[in-house]
Amino acid sequence: MSEQHIKLPEGSIGKQTTTLNLGPTHPATHGVFQNILELDGERIVGAEQTVGYIHRAFEKIAERRPLYQITPLTDRLNYCSAPINNMGWHITCEKLLNVKTPKRVDYLRIIIMELARISDHLICNSIVGVDTGAFTGFVYVMQYRELIYEIYEEICGSRLTTNIGRIGGFERNFTNTAFTKLEKFLNEYPKVLKEFENLFTRNRIFMERTMGVGPISAERALNFGFTGPNLRAAGVDYDVRVHTPYSSYEDMNFEIPVGSTGDCYDRFLVRNQEMYQSISIIKQAYQKVQEFKGAEAEVFHADVPEYYLPEKKDVYTKMEALIWHFKIVMGEIDMPKGEVYNSVEGANGELGFYLISDGGRTPYRLHFRRPCFIYYQAYEEMSRGSMLSDAIILMSSLNLIAGEMDG
Amino acid sequence: MSLTNDYIKSKLTEKFGDQVTNFEEPYHMLSFEAPKDMNLKVMQYLYDEPDLSFRFLTDLCAVHYPDNPGRELAIVYHLHSLVDNFRIRFKVFTDINTPDVFTSANLFSAANWMERETYDFYGVNFVGHPNLKRILNVDEMDYFPMRREFPLEDQTRIDKDDDMFGR
Repeated sequence: MSEQHIKLPEGSIGKQTTTLNLGPTHPATHGVFQNILELDGERIVGAEQTVGYIHRAFEKIAERRPLYQITPLTDRLNYCSAPINNMGWHITCEKLLNVKTPKRVDYLRIIIMELARISDHLICNSIVGVDTGAFTGFVYVMQYRELIYEIYEEICGSRLTTNIGRIGGFERNFTNTAFTKLEKFLNEYPKVLKEFENLFTRNRIFMERTMGVGPISAERALNFGFTGPNLRAAGVDYDVRVHTPYSSYEDMNFEIPVGSTGDCYDRFLVRNQEMYQSISIIKQAYQKVQEFKGAEAEVFHADVPEYYLPEKKDVYTKMEALIWHFKIVMGEIDMPKGEVYNSVEGANGELGFYLISDGGRTPYRLHFRRPCFIYYQAYEEMSRGSMLSDAIILMSSLNLIAGEMDG
Repeated sequence: MSLTNDYIKSKLTEKFGDQVTNFEEPYHMLSFEAPKDMNLKVMQYLYDEPDLSFRFLTDLCAVHYPDNPGRELAIVYHLHSLVDNFRIRFKVFTDINTPDVFTSANLFSAANWMERETYDFYGVNFVGHPNLKRILNVDEMDYFPMRREFPLEDQTRIDKDDDMFGR
């Protein structure tokens, strides 16, 4: 055949290394990522990441949406822990609007956020297991993610993209079923987590596949803008919940687990320990919720009728609620001018919202600080010199979520 | 020593005189502005000065103000001093026809992709950036979609009364 059908890039003949396209639709990448790896045998000498396959222009869309319509957009950032994003957004709005939430709302929010953190870490750690060849753990813990989703369902009616809560609080009070399910979770899950740990932590195959893979030093991690478990695995005890407490996290007593080498094994251990801490936080918050008596025990939102979208049954039966509902939905309430940056500790790290309001009904500019997007750029540096199979584990152990990365 | 807004303000004024302007404290976060050719000097100073040590770049993004002639684009840096757990906001403004701003990618590795994202959406040309190309949008795109001359709704639609629904 004289005609050349395949056009090769310049300099690709006679080159000593192999170029390999990993992704964008590779089953092992758990999402739409493309990595163009430069391989010397099986060793990675270079990597170039391509992101943006599921970019949905949320920041642009948000410029024409009133505040309460932006909540569903935040769901779709890190969809493994959507409630944290929702709460982060509500807390940002409340900061802009100077809304003070009651303590009970704060504690209920903590319960939901920590459940979301557990479900996110659970996915991440069990997927690391799958990528090292251990499928059992993944299947075993899934039923508890299911239980967490049932709790969400009981509170807001949906499971994955939750759109949970409103500015000022929740759309309805937690039902008894929700609390029963929460108790069931708190009783059963620690034992399951312990068993999950037994499957992995001292498993020789797992240790050899993850120890020393994709390490990063604390200094480089900070320079690369790492936050969350990935930064803590490198040995920096930075946690937004402690450093800038929001939603009454200052009332809770918990520890921040840190690693030392910043490799995949440390990230796994840090996430596991964080799940134990989350369980402890949920227990404390639940106890505090139970201590409210009388009318206080029924509080599930702040008294801010001008921003809190009223309950549907009130809209149909009460004049005031109908008026406020109408005003909020028709956009007759402008927000104050100002610019505010607020961040929460998402499951992947510091999830920030930079909101500029020029006094209208919609934000003038909204920027999401998406932790995934920021730390994925370190992938090249972290994977260089490791084997091809390590590239996959590294990707899942960083907990890369395509939705969050592409915004 | 814990930092305060006033202390940072006095340090900056002492070092840069009247080059740094527009000190504000919206929602308790110190926010200030510098000329665009000074952005690296200011950030390097904040990075190096031992009692400030703003060594963590939290966020970098741009904002488009079409009604500010000569200062249409703002590049906003959120810096964090992890030692004192203190955040500040730092802005530089540039005009939209020559949006050249020095890159901070050599100071913060994290800025690499954040600047590419800012370039992608607002067309800010980060001078000295190692790899300034589009990141989230397709490479063939020939405009900068987050600028405000591109409204979200289809402008040909006449069935919606925009005075009532949103902007």
